Amino acid sequence: MSTDSWTADEMMSVAAARSLREGQVCFVGIGLPSVAANLARRLHAPNLVLIYESGTIDTKPDELPLSIGDGILADSALSVVSVPEIFNYWLQPGRIDVGFLSGAQLDRFANINTTVIGEYDEPDVRLPGSGGAPEIAASCREVIVVMRHRLRAFVEQVDFVTSVGHGSGPDDRRVLGLRGAGPMKVITDLGILEPDPDTAELVLTAVHHGITVEQVRAETGWTLQVSADLRITAPPGEKELTTLRSLRTVGAAS
Amino acid sequence: MAKIVSLPEAVAELVRDGDVVALEGFTHLIPFAAGHEIIRQARRDLTLVRMTPDLIYDQLIGAGCAAKLVFSWGGNPGVGSLHRMRDALKNEWPMPLEIEEHSHAGMANRYVAGASGVPFAILRGYAGTDLPLHTPTISSVTCPFTGEQLAAVAALNPDVTVVHAQRADRAGNVQLWGITGIQKEAVLAAKRSLVTVEEIVDELTPVPGAVVLPSWVVDRVATAPKGAAPSYAHGYYDRDNAAYRKWDAISRDRASFTSWLEELKGSAA
Repeated sequence: MSTDSWTADEMMSVAAARSLREGQVCFVGIGLPSVAANLARRLHAPNLVLIYESGTIDTKPDELPLSIGDGILADSALSVVSVPEIFNYWLQPGRIDVGFLSGAQLDRFANINTTVIGEYDEPDVRLPGSGGAPEIAASCREVIVVMRHRLRAFVEQVDFVTSVGHGSGPDDRRVLGLRGAGPMKVITDLGILEPDPDTAELVLTAVHHGITVEQVRAETGWTLQVSADLRITAPPGEKELTTLRSLRTVGAAS
Repeated sequence: MAKIVSLPEAVAELVRDGDVVALEGFTHLIPFAAGHEIIRQARRDLTLVRMTPDLIYDQLIGAGCAAKLVFSWGGNPGVGSLHRMRDALKNEWPMPLEIEEHSHAGMANRYVAGASGVPFAILRGYAGTDLPLHTPTISSVTCPFTGEQLAAVAALNPDVTVVHAQRADRAGNVQLWGITGIQKEAVLAAKRSLVTVEEIVDELTPVPGAVVLPSWVVDRVATAPKGAAPSYAHGYYDRDNAAYRKWDAISRDRASFTSWLEELKGSAA
């Protein structure tokens, strides 16, 4: 595949990888966040510390894990600790810089739903549930959300608050006693949203190369505000694309 | 002291209808062989506890063993949904399934409280989420020293915990390593415990990072080679990712699941 063209998913993974800085300590969810974090480690952030909720600290997998508990994560880790320890000693006190999450639904205040679509007792779709996300969203110094931008996912209000973003406004996290800053970036396959410092509502701060504001608005379920200094994400570079395309998932058919 | 018995004997002796049963193993060392034996022995009305109900609980639910599920993440890891769990929740097939839902941090702390012999655990968690509205084992408590409000979760003390380990010695001391998850806490929290092992050895040589469960906190040990497959046993065999993908198709409809189930029942432990 030529590096002159790329998919929307590839742009999203590259943009998400760029958002991680060298030396940061990152609590990684499986799926899109895991791809982006492992990409960043192979590009500009070789000393990025990756932590997975299975208890693997500073893991450097050669291939992408299929699940959060793959053996490759334990084999390549500096240390492996128990599940209560990873949550109580490492996440809860605020030692982690970045929590990297995804979700099925996200609302204008970046609250995340991974529990149910519809009513809790009689859902239209039963989703996997919380996993580690509620406490990752609560306790990491900041949260970055990576998810595909679709109208059914970017909703005015989530059906179920699994993980708190900014609640219903700028003061909610403080009132709830949540010590991390919460979602500071939502990176999608169309652009980047960031909370407005005054209202905590997500505004569009960047569109990816070749994407229009109208396209983003059409996939957003609330009246999306656009930043006065809207940026355009630089397209994926050749090295970014070749590295991303060289990532293999453990056990995947070649 | 742990008694070393066959897997069918261990399940017959320890797992009873109506029990609260935890099969633990965080992606690694999942006790599939023991779960399959519970299906063969047709246990009913179990409250199944597990942080990450995946294929083995989908199978137990589809086989009609479960009345209730206590969990924090239910899915086929890396693949998708649990179709038997969804069918039970939505259509009550093969029977209704009640749920009690937590976060991982909440479940982990519930086991810690259970293992520690205290009635609840505290954590910074759940604040602002919708989970406490639906889960009665989540509450809050005021710190007597600082006045701070913290989440409180009820201790978990299963009637039986089942885990899989790499090996045990002839006295029934158990050793497991790699991703050790929540197994130690789940065994110590339980009233009775069963450990299946890859092999029984003369001596447990030290392994870095290993958890050792002394024989006197384990009730039964049973050998079950490849007893964690299609999950994996660190140092013994890898995760069979193709089997996880294949389960998606098997579990999607009742007919293909039922023929899978009949085949399992016809096979020996």
